[in-house]
Parts: sequence; C-alpha cells; structure tokens
Amino acid sequence: MSVNSLDLGRFKSIEFIMGAVLVGGIAFAVLFSHWLFPGGGSEVNLAMRLTPPMTEASFPFGTDPLGRDVLARVIIGGEISLKVGFYSALGAVVIGIIMGLLSGYYGGFVDMIVMRFADVQLALPFILLAITFIAVIGGGLNNMIILLIISQWVQYARLVRGSVMSLKDREFILSAKAIGVRDWRILFQHLLPNLLGPVVVLMTLNVANNILLESSLTFLGLGIDPVIPSWGGMLAEGRNYLQTAWWVSVFPGLAILLTVLGLNLLGDWLRDALDPTGRTSR
Amino acid sequence: MSLQPPFPLLSVNSLDIAFGSNRVVKDLSFDLYPGQTLAIVGESGSGKSMTSLAIMGLVHYLNATIAGGNILFRRSTDSAPVDLTQLTDRQMRKIRGKDISMIFQEPMTSLNPVYTVGDQITEVLLLHGDYTRATARDEALRLLRLVRLADVESLLKRYPHQLSGGMRQRVMIAMALACKPKVLVADEPTTALDVTIQAQILTIIRDLQKELGMAVIFITHDMGVVAEIADHVVVMREGEKVEEAAVEPLFEQPQKAYTRALLAAVPTLGSMKGQNLPCSEPLVIFDGADVVTRGEATVQDTVRVQEQPIVRVDNLVTRFDINKGFWGGVSHRVHAVENVSFDIYPGETLALVGESGSGKSTIGRTIQQLQESTSGEIVFSGKPVSQMSRSEKMTLRQQVQYIFQDPFASLDPRKTVGFSIAEPIHTHQLLNGRQNVSQRVNELLERVGLKPEHAKRYPHEFSGGQRQRICIARALASKPKLIIADEALSALDVSIQAQIIHLMMQLQREEGLAYLFISHDMAVVEKMSHRVAVLHLGQIVEMGPRQLVFDTPQHAYTKKLLSAVPVADPKHQRQHLLLDGDIPSPIRKVGDEPIVNPLNEVQPGHYVSHSEASAPL
Repeated sequence: MSVNSLDLGRFKSIEFIMGAVLVGGIAFAVLFSHWLFPGGGSEVNLAMRLTPPMTEASFPFGTDPLGRDVLARVIIGGEISLKVGFYSALGAVVIGIIMGLLSGYYGGFVDMIVMRFADVQLALPFILLAITFIAVIGGGLNNMIILLIISQWVQYARLVRGSVMSLKDREFILSAKAIGVRDWRILFQHLLPNLLGPVVVLMTLNVANNILLESSLTFLGLGIDPVIPSWGGMLAEGRNYLQTAWWVSVFPGLAILLTVLGLNLLGDWLRDALDPTGRTSR
Repeated sequence: MSLQPPFPLLSVNSLDIAFGSNRVVKDLSFDLYPGQTLAIVGESGSGKSMTSLAIMGLVHYLNATIAGGNILFRRSTDSAPVDLTQLTDRQMRKIRGKDISMIFQEPMTSLNPVYTVGDQITEVLLLHGDYTRATARDEALRLLRLVRLADVESLLKRYPHQLSGGMRQRVMIAMALACKPKVLVADEPTTALDVTIQAQILTIIRDLQKELGMAVIFITHDMGVVAEIADHVVVMREGEKVEEAAVEPLFEQPQKAYTRALLAAVPTLGSMKGQNLPCSEPLVIFDGADVVTRGEATVQDTVRVQEQPIVRVDNLVTRFDINKGFWGGVSHRVHAVENVSFDIYPGETLALVGESGSGKSTIGRTIQQLQESTSGEIVFSGKPVSQMSRSEKMTLRQQVQYIFQDPFASLDPRKTVGFSIAEPIHTHQLLNGRQNVSQRVNELLERVGLKPEHAKRYPHEFSGGQRQRICIARALASKPKLIIADEALSALDVSIQAQIIHLMMQLQREEGLAYLFISHDMAVVEKMSHRVAVLHLGQIVEMGPRQLVFDTPQHAYTKKLLSAVPVADPKHQRQHLLLDGDIPSPIRKVGDEPIVNPLNEVQPGHYVSHSEASAPL
C-alpha cells in the first residue's frame, strides 16, 4: 500500500481522534479482559439475577438472567466478536482485492473463472451455505471466520473489478504500461491506491455486519459454544428479557454500535488521508 | 422611453462574480448591440465562461454569487431594461431559452440520450411558444433545415447517439434558435469538433445570425475562430477585461501587451511558407506587465537521414471487432488503420494529421505496443517487433516513450511527481541508489523548466502546462530515441502551447530526439514537423516533406483540411466550396473491406494516394 502518500498532518482530524479513541479504547479493554475479569464473566449467581445497572457496586451494568456480570461479559465477549468481525473482513478484503484486480485487469479467461465463482457464491443463500459448511467441516471460531470469508470476498471482488475496469483505460495506467512497468506494479502501486477508498468504506460496514452474523449463527447453534460470551450471543439472549431487563441486550448492542462508529470514522479518515488531492474531505 | 439606434440590447456593467471570497470576474463591462457578434476571448481561468453563465442566470448552480454590478437586458426599443442579476429563478426561466439561449461546448452530453431529437426540439417549442403538437413538429422540421441538416423527417425519430458530433451540435443550435432568441450565447461551441466540422458550424452560426438578426456572444479561446466570426472582441485575463475593440483594429494594432503576446503565440497556418526546415521561433511571453521575447530563431536541422530509421512501419493494419451478435459472432469491424507504411529517422519529427476516426492515435499506440496489430510489421532499429524477445521488447519501451493528450489524466493522482518521473528509471534499472535517482529527477525537472522541490508535490497542485512538462520529463527519464506525442498540445492554452513547442524543439536539438507527432492541428504541425503524413479513414492519403505538403497539397482531403483551419486574420477569406459533408465512419460490415489505395510518388519523397479520383470526400 502507498504509505508514502500518507500525510502525517492529516492525523489532526477530528475523525481520526474520535475513531482512534473509540476503537482503541474498546480494543484495549478487550485485550486486557482476562486480567480484569479472571472469572471470564461466567460465574453464575442466581441470587443476583437480573440486577438492574447502577444498583450494586460490583455490577455497574447489572446482571443477566443467570446473575452473571454484564460488564464483564461485554468486555470478554468483545474478544470473539472483534476476532470474527476483523479477521473475516480482513480475509475477505485481501482475497477480494486480489481476485478483483486480476479479473478486472486481465479480463478474458481469468475474469470468466473468477466471476463464475462469484455468481455461484451469490446464488447460494447464506444460511444454506452456513448449515452445509458447519455440518461438513464443523463449528468453532476458525471455521466461522473461514465461512464468512468465503461468503463475503465476492462483494469486494466485484467492487474492485468494476473500479479496475474503469481505471485501466485511464491514461496514467496506459502511460505506466507504455513505460514498461511490470503488471504487478501497475496492479499494486497504481490501481490499488486509486480504488482503495470505496473498499475501505465497505470493509468498515462489513465488520459490523459480521459481528451480527456471528450472533445469528450462534443463535442457530452453528457457531461458537454459546457458553463463551460474545456480543451477538448476548443480544440474542437478552431478546427475551427486553421488556423487563433492557440492560442485558442494550449494553452489548452499545458495544457493537460504538465499535462500528469508531471504525466508520477511521474508515472515512483513511479514505481522505489516502487521497492527496483532498477532494473527498471538505 | 425610446432610444435612438444603436442602443445596446444587453449591457454588462462592472460585473463581479465570486466563489466565496475568490473573485473570478472583476469589474467587467461591455455592451452588446442587436445583430452584433461579440467574441469574449481568453485562456483558461479568464472568467469567460462564468460571464456567459451570469448572463444566463446560472451562476448560482455552480455555487458562485454575483457580488456586484448588473446585466441590463432590453427586450425591445421601447421597453425598460431589466436587470438579469435581480430576477428570481421563475422570472429568469421565462427569459432563458426564449429571449436569450445558449449552446454549450460538449454536444455529446448536452442532449438527453433517452429522448429522440424530435421530442427534444418540440419540448422547447411547446414550453415557450404558441404551438400545438402538429405545428411544433413542422416548426422543428423548419429549424433542422435551417441548420442545414439533410433528411430531417427521419432525423426527428433518431436518438442523439445515432448522430455525429457535428450533427448534434447543429441540433443544439436548432434548439437554441427555437424561440427566435434575441441573444445567442455560444460557449466554445466548436472546441470539441474536428476542423472541417468546426468550419461548417461557424458558417451556419454566421449565416443564421444575418438571417435572423440576432446578437451572438461567442466565448472561445481560439483567435482563429475570433477572426472568422466576430465583429467586436473583448479580451479577458484572470477575470478582468484587458482590451475591447472591433475585430480588425484588434488584430492589426493590439493596444495591450497581453493581447499582443496572445496573438503572437497563436500558430498561424502558412507562416512557414517557402521554408524547407522547421524553425524554432523566439518565445513571446507576457510577464504580467509587458511582452518579452526570449531565445532566438533556430533552424531545426536535426534529421540524420544517413542513419538507419529508428522505426519502420510496414503495411500496418489494425482492426477492432465490434457488435458481437447473439451467438458471439463479429458483425462489424472498426478499420482503424489500413495498410500504413512509413519510417522515422533519428532526429526527425514526423507528423500524423487527420480528423477523429482517422486512426492516427491507433498507429501511435500500436508502435508503443499498447495495441495489437492485425497484420503488418513494426521494425525497430532493424528488428521486427514480432521476432523480439521479452527483454528486447522491454528495451523498446525504454527507447520509445509516449506522451498523452490530457496531462490531467496521464499522471497517477496518488503518486508524487518525483515518483512518476523516477518510475521509468526504476523500471529499466537505469540508475542505482536513491541519491542518484533523486539527483536525476531533479535534473529532469530543471530540464523541462520546473524546480527540484516540485518532486515532492502531487499532480493536482500543478497547472495543465506544468503537468505536460512533467510528462515530458517522465518521457525523457528513460533516455528515449523516439517520443510519440499523441495530441500532446491540444489541451493547452496557446501561450502554454507555444512554450511546450519551444521546449520540444529545444530537446530535439540537444538530445537528438525523434518525434512522432500526432495532431489534428495543422498550424502546429506546420511549425514543428520535418515530414507530414495525412491520414483519412486509416489510410495515408498524402505524405511528404512538410514544405511540399503544405505549399503544394495534392490530395483533395489535404486541401480540404488546410482550407478548414481558422486563420487568425479577419481579412482572410475562406474558400467555402470544399466544406460539405460529414466525417465518414471507419466502421464497416464484416466482408466489406475498404479499397486500399496505393501511393504514387509525385515528387521525390512526396507521395499521394490515388483515391482522389475515385472517391468523393
């Protein structure tokens, strides 16, 4: 990637500061969660079940139907959620970009193969794919990430392919070709930086989506062991108590919201920072 | 209140237009009289287009504001003038299109692609005039005939994409004339068109103006067009009026230094008459206050004919398949290049001239290996490209460089200028070590008249002329023998164009470069080239030393091209007889091969094709 086009002065933007504080804070808390909560947030305490927040000093976010600490579970649950969200989006981006670049740039046979794969992918309903995949390969964190990558690289590939097709006939690409610049340099040094903007935006949206997908898979029993806390899982659990104990689902929901907000801010900032003309920023 | 004629139809009084705090038009005043053609001429950034938009009441769509002054418009002798800057949008809509109408530069985008020509013209008529559907149709037919279009009945049912650029611009003019406007504002209406089509459109505008007695405001950057069409001229620079005069005194005795510099920079067709070699003339520069002359005239005697040609093109054919049928079959082909042969010697400038669709760019791209040829051979330093190994092809890409038309599009917007210039050095491993490379980049920047500190900046921080200099520096970086300049000067203002021509000729003398100069601009070609090849529909119709081709053109098409070039002299009379018809299309059905006309040598080195007698052009 074009690190040389990053201008350090651009770190002084409000998007970067807010995004970095949000994402950094959450990541920091999650990183040290086991040190903060050695019990892993799974101590059941039925006597204290459904304690509202701010009533007991030891349970600032209240407790869930089994009397477990919501704060501890939100922070520990972040680990699974962030892992799923980030790794799957990252994997999908890398595969999608490579496939999209190749198929858009070379066209012809390569394009046909990649796009037929993509069509098959888009034709399969996600849940059907998920059930089949988990049934054959088995559940667990890693398999879930692989499943999400498989189902999502197509979006990036199509986005990148479209941008490449419109960029590759532009004169600066032709002029690089005329000079004799090697294909991989044209792909990664000229095309990639010019199409990264929308990819970054799509990726920030996808992280959020993946956190929620993990929860629906877990809810269906296809994902991770429901005993291990995750944001999506907690949302699903809290659904039944929404009218009587809002805090069970609101706090993990808030965690997702803040993560996504932070990522979006960072994404906007990155898109602007990568663009030397500053067109997209005001 | 009735005025004695002549009274101004439209008067602009100390007009100020601003984008935020940035004033783009400053204290501009001029009057437009009935039946007059007023040309507003200036280079990019002079505020000429903003002025035209202000008259149309459209500036606020671009987020600009009218900061001061007024534009008074008088519908008839006895009506009170209205200030167009004070009208509401609703009131302005009644004037726009009816009393004042406008034609734009780009005929490709100013017609709506999903409606037929007939729909679009009748819409204007129904909106502003007392017409029923039936009478509107008749009126539309009359208007299309007025702009000299043939077969108007069937034209009404056609869509914009089925028309050529020249036809679309005529439809635009017909629409603009629909309500018999008193003022027609034409913003660079011929800039996007080929010269022969430009000549037709100018003739139509001039004739119609006489017939209908309307006043025309003609915005342009082209002094030749001004000389051809205008009665009165306003010269603008950086938002201010520099000079205003009737057309003949302006060209004969320009009062202001800027106007003199502008006129001096215009390449004039015929200026090289009788001279055998191109000549690099001294640069006339406006330095903000006065005209300065830099450098001296140098004859460009750089061709080394005794050496082997750098590039020889033998019977080159390039075709593109289009219109894939339902089963994937090819139904039509673009015959971009048909059986073209020529060679370029070291230190020589060979110009390829022709109009759009003549295949001139395709030839350049095929030589640069950006395009596969269908048949024929390109021989580079004695070796055919088809027999070259990978590494020899790489050498070719080092020794032949390409400069594109649009300096805004040909540099990667995300890379610094230094990176772009160093790219060929890295690609061909010409130098080692960061230090050496950056030193070479600095040298190259100075070579093309820029500063070493510019290397750290991005392309968007430079003007068009500076960017084209960067492109030249980049081309020089790999120490080429041949530079293919594909319309490299067309997007630039004339004064910048003159500077780049000067630079290119200087580099030719100092580095012994050869140029393949691809252009549609006959005047620039005359200035720069040693030999000229005229292309028509992918074939060379005439080729020879510049002097012979320009002074004694033999082929009808060459004569037609030469007569269509606007001459920056209001006294020059154009020969109109040659300028009918549209540019034919190079697209043909499969199996319908074009006739390849052989070239005959009429004088030593001067070749003319036979097609003259057989095909009417």
